[in-house]
Amino acid sequence: MTSQSRPDLPGTYVFDGPTSRRGHHMNKLFMSLRKEDARAEFLADQAGYCRRFGLSEEQTTAVLGRDWQAMLDLGGSIFYIYKLALMDGLSMQYLGGVFTGMSEADFKAEMLAGGRTDV
Amino acid sequence: MSEVIWGLATSHVPSIGAAMDRGMTAEPVWAPLFEGYRPAREWLAERTPDVAILVYNDHANGVDLDIVPTFAIGTAERYQVADEGFGRRPVPDVVGDPDFSFHLLHQLMDDGFDLTVFSELDVDHGFTVPLSVWTPEPRDAWPCPVVPIMVNVIRYPQPTAARCYALGQALGRAIAGYGGARTVGILGTGGMSHQLAGQRAGFINPSFDHMFLEAIEKDPEKLAALSREDYIRQAGSEGIELIMWLVMRGAMNAEVRKVHSAYHVPASNTAAGLALFENTTTRPAR
Repeated sequence: MTSQSRPDLPGTYVFDGPTSRRGHHMNKLFMSLRKEDARAEFLADQAGYCRRFGLSEEQTTAVLGRDWQAMLDLGGSIFYIYKLALMDGLSMQYLGGVFTGMSEADFKAEMLAGGRTDV
Repeated sequence: MSEVIWGLATSHVPSIGAAMDRGMTAEPVWAPLFEGYRPAREWLAERTPDVAILVYNDHANGVDLDIVPTFAIGTAERYQVADEGFGRRPVPDVVGDPDFSFHLLHQLMDDGFDLTVFSELDVDHGFTVPLSVWTPEPRDAWPCPVVPIMVNVIRYPQPTAARCYALGQALGRAIAGYGGARTVGILGTGGMSHQLAGQRAGFINPSFDHMFLEAIEKDPEKLAALSREDYIRQAGSEGIELIMWLVMRGAMNAEVRKVHSAYHVPASNTAAGLALFENTTTRPAR
C-alpha cells in the first residue's frame, strides 16, 4: 500500500499526504487570515505576504488572481482556501459555482432543488 | 457509576449557526430545518445530563496542518469559541470537565486508544453548531460541562469507520466506570452527504443518507464495515464526517430507541441530518 492507493474519483479532491505537502505553505498563509491584523497586512502587499510564507510562483499567481481551481490543484485544502474567500466576502456557494462552472445563483438553485444527485 | 442517557447526531454546517445568530430561522429556506429540530430540542430540554461528550472535527480554527491528531481529547476547564475569521459566534464559551477528561483519557489509553491531549483548545462551528442544535438559547452558559473529542476527517487517511465505532465502544466502557457523574449525553457530529470542492461540488446522496439514518440506529456494524473510500464515494469528500456519528453510536447500548430524526436538503451545500437516541437497556454495546 502506498499513498497512491487513495481513491481516484473523478471531480473529487482527496487531501492526502502528498497534496498536503504541496500545499503546506499556501495553507499556512490561508490559516493566518483568521486574524484581523494579518488580513490588513495581506491586503496591503499580497505578493510580499505570499513571498513571506514561501509560496511557489504558481501558488502566488493563483492567490493573487483568485484562481480558486488552481489553488485546489496546487495543494490547497478547501477549508483553508475558504479563509481567503471569506476575506473577499465570498461564500461556499460561490466557490461551488466556480468549481462546477456555474454562477453562484445557479449553484444555489441546484442546492435548493435537492443538490446535485447525479454526479 | 455513570450512564449514557442519550446520543444526539447532527450536522454542524456553519450557516445553521449563522441562521440562528442572525435571527433567520423562520425564513422560508430555514424554517423546515429548524422545525425538524423542534421535537428533539423539546425532549432534550427535559433531560439535561450531568456532563456531555461532543465528538467533532476542527476546520482550520483550533488546529492547523502542522499537527493533525487522528483522535484527541480536551482536558481544559474552559474552551474558547474560535474566531474563524469573521468574529466569534455570539454564544458562550464551553465549560469543560477536566476530571472526566482525565478519567476518559486514562481508560481509553488502557483500552488501546492513544489519544492526543489538548490542554488548550479553541472550538469552532464543528463544536458550537451542534451545541446550538441541542440548546438554541443558552443565554450565559451551555446546559452542562462538555468534553471535546476531536477526530481528523479532513486529512486523508482518516481513521476507519470501524476504528471510530470501536473508539465509541471503548468510550462507553470508560463512561460506565466513572464515579463522578450520574448521567452523560453524547453527541456525534458532521455530515450528512456533501462535497465542497471539485467538479462534484454540491453532491448530495439522499438514498445513502436515509440508509445511514436507519442503520445508525439498527445496524451500526454495517456502517462500521464501510471503507473510507465508500464514504467519500457515496457521501462525498466531506460526507466522510459521518464516521463521527459512529463514535457516538458505539458509546451507546446495542439496542437504542429512536426519539426523533430529521433530514433536510440543503443547509448551504450540505444534506443536514439529525438523529436522537435513548438507551433502552443498561448493557453497553460490545
